[in-house]
Amino acid sequence: MDKILVGLKRVVDYNVRVRVRSDGSGVDTDGVKMSINPFDEIALEEALRIKERGEASEVIVVSIGTADAQQQLRTGLAMGADRAILVESDTAVDPLTGARVFRALIDRENPGLVILGKQAIDDDNNQTGQMLAALWERPQATFASKLELNGDKATVTREVDVGLEVIEIDLPAVITTDLRLNEPRYVKLPDIMKAKKKPLDLIPLGDLGVTAAMPMKQVNFEPPEDRQKGIMVDDVAGLVAALKEKGLL
Amino acid sequence: MSKILIIAEHAEGSVNPCTAKCLSCAANIPDAEIHVAVFAVDGATLASEIATLASVSTVIQIDNPANANSMGAIVAPQIVAIADGYTHIFGPSTTFGKDLMPRVAALLGVNQISDVMAVLGSHSFKRPIYAGNAILTVEAPADLPVVATVRTASYQEADNGGNATIEIRTVAADIPEHTRFIELQAGASDRPDLQTAAKVISGGRALASAENFEIIFKLADAFGAGVGASRAAVDAGYVPNEMQVGQTGKIIAPDLYVAIGISGAIQHLTGIKDAGTIVAINKDAEAPIFEVADIGLVGDLFTIVPELEAAISG
Ligand SMILES: Cc1cc2nc3c(=O)[nH]c(=O)nc-3n(C[C@H](O)[C@H](O)[C@H](O)COP(=O)(O)OP(=O)(O)OC[C@H]3O[C@@H](n4cnc5c(N)ncnc54)[C@H](O)[C@@H]3O)c2cc1C
Ligand SMILES: Nc1ncnc2c1ncn2[C@@H]1O[C@H](COP(=O)(O)O)[C@@H](O)[C@H]1O
Repeated sequence: MDKILVGLKRVVDYNVRVRVRSDGSGVDTDGVKMSINPFDEIALEEALRIKERGEASEVIVVSIGTADAQQQLRTGLAMGADRAILVESDTAVDPLTGARVFRALIDRENPGLVILGKQAIDDDNNQTGQMLAALWERPQATFASKLELNGDKATVTREVDVGLEVIEIDLPAVITTDLRLNEPRYVKLPDIMKAKKKPLDLIPLGDLGVTAAMPMKQVNFEPPEDRQKGIMVDDVAGLVAALKEKGLL
Repeated sequence: MSKILIIAEHAEGSVNPCTAKCLSCAANIPDAEIHVAVFAVDGATLASEIATLASVSTVIQIDNPANANSMGAIVAPQIVAIADGYTHIFGPSTTFGKDLMPRVAALLGVNQISDVMAVLGSHSFKRPIYAGNAILTVEAPADLPVVATVRTASYQEADNGGNATIEIRTVAADIPEHTRFIELQAGASDRPDLQTAAKVISGGRALASAENFEIIFKLADAFGAGVGASRAAVDAGYVPNEMQVGQTGKIIAPDLYVAIGISGAIQHLTGIKDAGTIVAINKDAEAPIFEVADIGLVGDLFTIVPELEAAISG
């Protein structure tokens, strides 16, 4: 296989507990730590391993977003990606528009595999990979926890509600990652230096000839309903009594 | 008026209860006619089961040998073939629905609303974002089909008592051959299903081994409960992946949830927000799980769990 395309979305770090702005206009992201979407880090790690096994020749990381996303792309390059593309957009793109962007990049790059995360942990949409596969009219192996390539086919183990599903797909295809696919490597300092010299292309969204989809109108953000702090019991007898009182025993 | 199509989920000849939950969600859309489509090899029994659910007017049965394994890439074009005339197409927010529905949405040229937790109007919905740390109200474009997945933990199953018409249809859809099912590796279990169990007992990293996790299973048997786990427990190999509760596992809403040796990371809490009563057993009094627990007990699980099991069984 020639190339693998990997999506890297810049998101609020998974350790940050976000807060909704009091006027309901969004969540507070000022000064909050930003990172690569964890599922995308796994997508990149998988692509790098495929390349290191000699089964692909180039790994290209792609982000759609503001200039700030260059930071995450540089981290991706430091992890080992060969080149990066930032599709510049001042506003966040909806999943269908994002899928159309990847579709347009596929026409330019002709990859054998596109690996995306199963979901971005900010909007939790879990849509882009499936949409891309539909637009590309190619297979989708979503929620992958194991990926084996054999020539023009891949065998993928998927995490589904009842257990693990194994499917075989023809390539090219879209894979979306689940957490147990691999454990991403740490970036080493010399690699950060080297990454500065790797190519990072900026493409204005308008240059791709992509028609923007109709987004959902975001009307209001609110915090979730809080659960009240309950009671503490001292021992098992206390626990049993409390459960009986609630009719749970 | 809204005309809603719900995609049924089924396995091994029975309808998944999430279908009846999708129905409860759809029933909140004002002035709606609700159809349910079942894609199977031979869906006759499934269709007649679905026809008895309240508020369904028509069940559309589409049989095809290709539907043996409910794969998104295979079912999606068949849905698109019958989508005309529907204002809404809903599926469950299970791994089946999550795989399938965005593919349908893309083919119809719309974005999807993921994880609907409340219906405010025919085009207005609430959904969780940021692992449930914020609730977003969205409005779908008025003149386009609404494709959505339903957060099943937010809804009860619809009642029986319906008597819908069953329509057997064949569709002219291009079914791809690029995706082939090989096998399902599922742990057979005679315990209550995690997603529908009234009681769930979960263990975390603190169990420290697969052997130790047995005490959680024993306690669950005493309660007649399903068994869950934190991601840490799954990653460490104590239990299989289908037992994971949380943002990237199962979102559940049992009457009773008992978290044992689980710290209460936000990604875990997302999965249990709708539980009736949360019990936490943890040796660290500062563990975040106690902030959401209705009943907390600080102590060593290895002494508490056997004691509790004895107290219940005895
Ligand atoms: C993108 C993403 C998605 C994730 N999705 C999920 C998800 O779906 N579900 C999920 O669970 N996690 C998820 N996680 C992981 C999550 O962040 C936590 O790492 C995980 O939930 C921790 O599991 P734990 O509570 O079992 O382990 P720990 O955090 O290590 O907690 C163990 C607890 O056991 C207690 N303990 C230790 N010994 C004893 C004893 N003898 N008796 C009593 N108590 C004891 C400790 O005090 C501690 O509180 C996700 C993470 C990421 C980044
Ligand atoms: N703006 C973006 N830039 C790069 N990749 C993205 C972007 N949005 C979505 N993706 C990819 O699509 C996956 C699923 O995103 P979503 O459908 O938004 O949950 C992510 O894990 C990324 O791999």
